[in-house]
Amino acid sequence: MAEPSPLAQTIDEIVRSHHGLSTRLLQILREVQDKLSWLSPEAMDRVAEDLGISPDKVRRVAEFYSFLYTQPHGSYDILFSDNITDRMLGNRELLRYLCDRLGVGIGETRADGRVTVGVTSCTGMCDQGPAALVNGYALTRLDKPRLDQIAERVERLAPLPEWPREFFEVVSNIRRADILLGRHFADGAALRAVLERGGRAIVDELIESGLRGQGGAGFKLALKWMSCLDAPGDVKYVVCNADEGEPGTFKDRVLMQEYADLVFEGMTLCGRVLGARQGFVYLRGEYRYMLDALKATLQRRRQVGLLGAAILGDPTFNFDIDIHLGAGAYVCGEESALIESLEGKHGTPRIRPPFPTTHGYLNKPTVVNNVETFAITAKIAAEGGAWYASRGTAESKGTKLLSVSGDCARPGIYEYPFGVAVRQVLEDCGARDAQGVQMAGPAGRTIAPSHYGRQISFEDLATGGSFMVFAKHRDILDGMRNFAHFFAHESCGFCTPCRVGTSLMRDLVDKVHTGRGTRADLEEMRRLGRIMKAGSHCGLGQTAPNSVLYSLDQFPEAWERRLRSTAFEPAFDLDAALGEARRLSGRDDPEAHWLDAHDDDLVRLAKLLPARDASTVPDDDRNLLGAMP
Amino acid sequence: MSQEQSFTLDGQPVSFEDGQSIMVAARAAGIYIPHLCFNPEFKAHGSCRVCLTKVNGRIQASCATPAAAGQTVESETEELRDIRCGILQMMFVEGNHICPACEKSGACQLQAVAYYVGMLEPHYPHFYPRRTVDASHPDAVIDFNRCILCELCVRASRDVDGKNVFAVHGRGIHAHLVINTPSGRLGATTFSITDKAAQVCPTGTILIKHRGYESPIGRRLYDRQPVDVAGDVAQVPESQGGRRHD
Repeated sequence: MAEPSPLAQTIDEIVRSHHGLSTRLLQILREVQDKLSWLSPEAMDRVAEDLGISPDKVRRVAEFYSFLYTQPHGSYDILFSDNITDRMLGNRELLRYLCDRLGVGIGETRADGRVTVGVTSCTGMCDQGPAALVNGYALTRLDKPRLDQIAERVERLAPLPEWPREFFEVVSNIRRADILLGRHFADGAALRAVLERGGRAIVDELIESGLRGQGGAGFKLALKWMSCLDAPGDVKYVVCNADEGEPGTFKDRVLMQEYADLVFEGMTLCGRVLGARQGFVYLRGEYRYMLDALKATLQRRRQVGLLGAAILGDPTFNFDIDIHLGAGAYVCGEESALIESLEGKHGTPRIRPPFPTTHGYLNKPTVVNNVETFAITAKIAAEGGAWYASRGTAESKGTKLLSVSGDCARPGIYEYPFGVAVRQVLEDCGARDAQGVQMAGPAGRTIAPSHYGRQISFEDLATGGSFMVFAKHRDILDGMRNFAHFFAHESCGFCTPCRVGTSLMRDLVDKVHTGRGTRADLEEMRRLGRIMKAGSHCGLGQTAPNSVLYSLDQFPEAWERRLRSTAFEPAFDLDAALGEARRLSGRDDPEAHWLDAHDDDLVRLAKLLPARDASTVPDDDRNLLGAMP
Repeated sequence: MSQEQSFTLDGQPVSFEDGQSIMVAARAAGIYIPHLCFNPEFKAHGSCRVCLTKVNGRIQASCATPAAAGQTVESETEELRDIRCGILQMMFVEGNHICPACEKSGACQLQAVAYYVGMLEPHYPHFYPRRTVDASHPDAVIDFNRCILCELCVRASRDVDGKNVFAVHGRGIHAHLVINTPSGRLGATTFSITDKAAQVCPTGTILIKHRGYESPIGRRLYDRQPVDVAGDVAQVPESQGGRRHD
């Protein structure tokens, strides 16, 4: 038999380290790419062969995730975080600057294969941007001097471990702590409580606490655990959703970085209550930088008897935790898509019912909770449900972590009892001239000053924690356009209203943003938004039009001042469409152009548009000429 | 045998058995709910979203929602017609659908459902995606321009034919149908026109070669009867203008 090629040997070794399990496919592909910089057809075929699955399954996964590449890619892969908060900090200018320095186009790989530079969705560093990823590792606080240093290291092929550590420094910026972040927790306290009092007593405490899922949807936690507890079957799973993909939120990053013990303890507690023996943390790919530290924490917990076999010396208490990394797919924050991804597949949300509590990971009963939720359960087990319920409002007990970013003096993490007013948060973070707040991320809602008296709670403004501030000098539409592009990029493509609707919405927002929209387009957005909300298969498509719909209501003038006075403008650019004919005929005189009848509009728009932050205008924006009279 | 249970659909009582979806129960009762990715011979897929109904006030795909006793289900309302119409319009602009020239025109379920929901124009700007036609197979041709990603051919080839010829790759608006061979060509597969996968396409994506335009306009499947009467093209025998093998 022929000796396997080096490529095959590399892949065989990686697959072996994952015990040849196809549920590890995504993890395997990540590691193969780490070694080879991209997933060639030969590499994918070898993975398929080693796992004994069809090559098609491997390709399906490889083509789904943003961070997996099926085309040749640079040895250095640099992706700028492109959330609106990064844009506020000038990321587009920095992106162009680095591309110029390296001699590479945006989204392209340099001819010598050295480097690829592109953009990606929010990397969760909004309080310390502009941010980027280099080969999956987070870069923070980018500026031109730092990009000079990065470019220099790329040119001389310096390995990442030799880059200065401060490039990769991620700070926690905890600005306000309450019962979750502020109070000391003795490791093992929750596990001792469940061993002493039994799982049922812990569930009773959770019921009394009134705790609801902190990911944003707000499902009563005790009901979820009980549903899984009552589900038939001996094999059950605990899954921690650390796929914190909502642009503008980063509190789970801080919890995983600073309070990992608390999160793992909550998961282990859940495992004991359910009788589960295995837990998973699904960590978003953008947070890969903390993977080694988290694994070390898990190992330490095993050594001190808080994880693994015979926890706290009880031979009936066996539970372990494994960490899976995502690979750039916002949709995997949806719990059934997350489970699909955890099984090694592409992340398409499942049909529900059945729900994960009865048919989850590998079709076994599974509890999926957010990072923050697990952290709180550990505290409630140790301190009691009444203690937790003493804070908050009638329907929203306890506290909430907010990730505050955008135009404020003190971005970072703020823990408040539920019921805090938006105005209070703005005061505390030093946002003196906020014209609006994007609550709960692009999937949430846009709030105007008249709503600053409202409360953050499930009764009023529910949120997963994203809180992005827009100062007076910003153009709200820059944000809306950024969000519309985000959803078009992140739609999984499974159902029609989301797959097509997010692209149609993006194009409509672009049209208005570039001054080619009319009142009819605003009505069109409302109808399209209705269809997407009503018709989409999962929460992604159902919430994707929110920012547009809310801002139409809350900031009508931001949209209307961009409109042309005509009743209707076509979506295509007639003058640009004549471009090919001009090229062929070698003409460029006025007669060869479609001249616009609305000179007044153009003059008005010409005054309006340059006043904007030029860095927010996509590079492919076309001129304003050329619409039908 | 459980006792008779029922829900109401547009005010009419519909009985169902445990485990049936609203769609399946409605079909059994002879009530049509428009659909494209649903085929009674396959597990519900829930991707096209044309079969949306309002169940106890909440809009849900009827193919993917279990029937339950006492449910109030609405289907033929102005609100749902408008949403379904919007979804059909999205399908038409996402691909390249040139009905007047298409061989399946008149016997195309996509077109028939569009008529059924009252769609008169595509409304949205066309995407004009660059898609190809694959005529490499001796007996069949694939026109990717017409694919609506219902995955019926994917499911039929994988679950019934055991050949796994088709797949959907890519994400979001870039999701697209592919042929599972290194060349991506149908001619390189074991696909046969006797396969189940050749009989399930609700559009003109998969066509049988060496024939075409067999029925004159006016006598094609959905010329004779609308889709709510004639049924799915996959359920109608070929001799009557459908796709099911006689």
